Parts: sequence; structure tokens; C-alpha cells
Amino acid sequence: MPAWLFTFVAVLAVLGALGVILQRNPVHSLLALVLVLSLIAVLFIALGAVALGFLQAIVYVGAIMVLFLFVIWLLNLETEPREGGRLLVKLAAAVLAAMLAAELAALAWRAAPGGAAAAGALHQGANYGSMAALAKVLMGEYLLAFEVTSVLLLAAVVGAVALARKDPGAGPQSSTPGRLEPPLR
Amino acid sequence: MVAPSYYLALSALLFGIGVVGVLVRRNAIVIFMSIEVMLNAANLAFVALGAEAGSVEGQAFVFFVLTVAAAEAAVGLAILIAVFRNRETVNADELTLLRW
Repeated sequence: MPAWLFTFVAVLAVLGALGVILQRNPVHSLLALVLVLSLIAVLFIALGAVALGFLQAIVYVGAIMVLFLFVIWLLNLETEPREGGRLLVKLAAAVLAAMLAAELAALAWRAAPGGAAAAGALHQGANYGSMAALAKVLMGEYLLAFEVTSVLLLAAVVGAVALARKDPGAGPQSSTPGRLEPPLR
Repeated sequence: MVAPSYYLALSALLFGIGVVGVLVRRNAIVIFMSIEVMLNAANLAFVALGAEAGSVEGQAFVFFVLTVAAAEAAVGLAILIAVFRNRETVNADELTLLRW
């Protein structure tokens, strides 16, 4: 990835992340988040992790973000009113987070091999980042973790259905499955 | 070729922005989105360091983070729906049941 392209993507990603926290309409925040996640997928592909970049685009941008969008619509969230009087809190949070980011960046700068110097050819094999290479690690060294992941996803699905149900105590006959009514205002 | 340090610096910046979002915003869904930004910043650091070392394991970790994030989003949003049904708000300042 040429330097100018990286700069472009990085600036756009930072602007998108700022959009996530600055927009007052949750849907606009979500759209900014979609931009950030897509750009991170681009960076994955630029780093050679092609399969992972596509996974990121499909799972995050395709699935998780649609879930967020449905919930925002379901809750019928409106644009928040502009609130005053919390300027000090916001300022303190921004200063603390800026310090944290500076520390992390300084640490990374020192720890990364080569530092700021341009890296030479990365030590990547011919099929680095392919689905085959990723699958070989997942099905080999991390087989147990990979299988536990399926249990985790199953538990998450069951838990999400149980939590989001209208009346957890009632049986399936008395509640209307798949129906989420907004509460009376 | 861009050095991995720049990817790590970008990752640190995105993580910091996510921290600000969690600290400043009061809408629980936007706090959730800020956490997703932080998760992705960590993923970017994983992939950048893995690419530098030429190992696929960084990508394997990101794969696991991806699945955990999917599970977390599903359960977390279900909790938000349950909270909204009971309290009719997802404003973190108004959810004070556990505050003494």
C-alpha cells in the first residue's frame, strides 16, 4: 500500500471514528462506524490478510451493523438534545484519552521492529493471508478454541432470544414469538 | 511500503477515540459502537504485528475476536431491548438502579 493511500485511509478512518462519537443521531453514528469498519477491512487486505479483510466486511459491516441498525429502529431513538453543562467532563475525558492514545502510540513506536523506518519486504509466504493458511492454523493449533467458539455462538443466540423476549416467564404459547412491541409512552 | 509502526499509531488513535466515546456519550447504543471501534483498533494492531512477523496467528486471534464481538453484540443489544422495555430509555445517566 503506497504511503499516500495509507494516509488517505488513515485520515478517513480517524474522521469516521470522530463521527461515531460526535453525531447526535445514532443512525449517523452507525453510518460513520460502517465507514471505519470498512476502512479497517481495507487495511487488513493491505497488510496481506486478504481472507480476514473479507471476513471483516461480511461479519462486521454486513451482519453486526445490520443488527445495530435494527435495534436503533426498534427502539425508535431520536436525535439527542444538545446538552450543556458537561463541558468539563468532556474535556477531561478527551485529555485523558489523548494521553492514553499518545502512550499507546509511543509504546508501539518503540516496540515495533524497525520503528519509523520503512519496512523492507515483509516475511510473508506466498499464500500468507489466504483462507487456506488461516484455516490451517484454526484447524490445527487452535482447534479447541475454534470448536469452543461454536458453543459460544450457540449460547449467544439462545441468550439473545431469551433476553429479548417480551415476557421471559411466559411459555411460548402465551407470547407472540418474534414480535417486539415498543412500550406505551 | 508503510512501516507497521504507522498502523500501530493509527490503532492507538482509534482506541483513544473509542475511549472518549465511552466516557462522554450517554446513549447506551453509541457507547456500544465506541466499544466496537476499540475492538477494531486492537484487531488492527494484531494484524499489523502479525504481518510484520510473517505469522498467521495474529489473524487467528482476530478471527476469535470477531466471533466474540458478534456474540457480544447479539447479547448486548438484546439486553438493551430488555432494558428499554422496562425503563423506556437507554440513557446511561437514567439507568441508576445499581447505583447507591
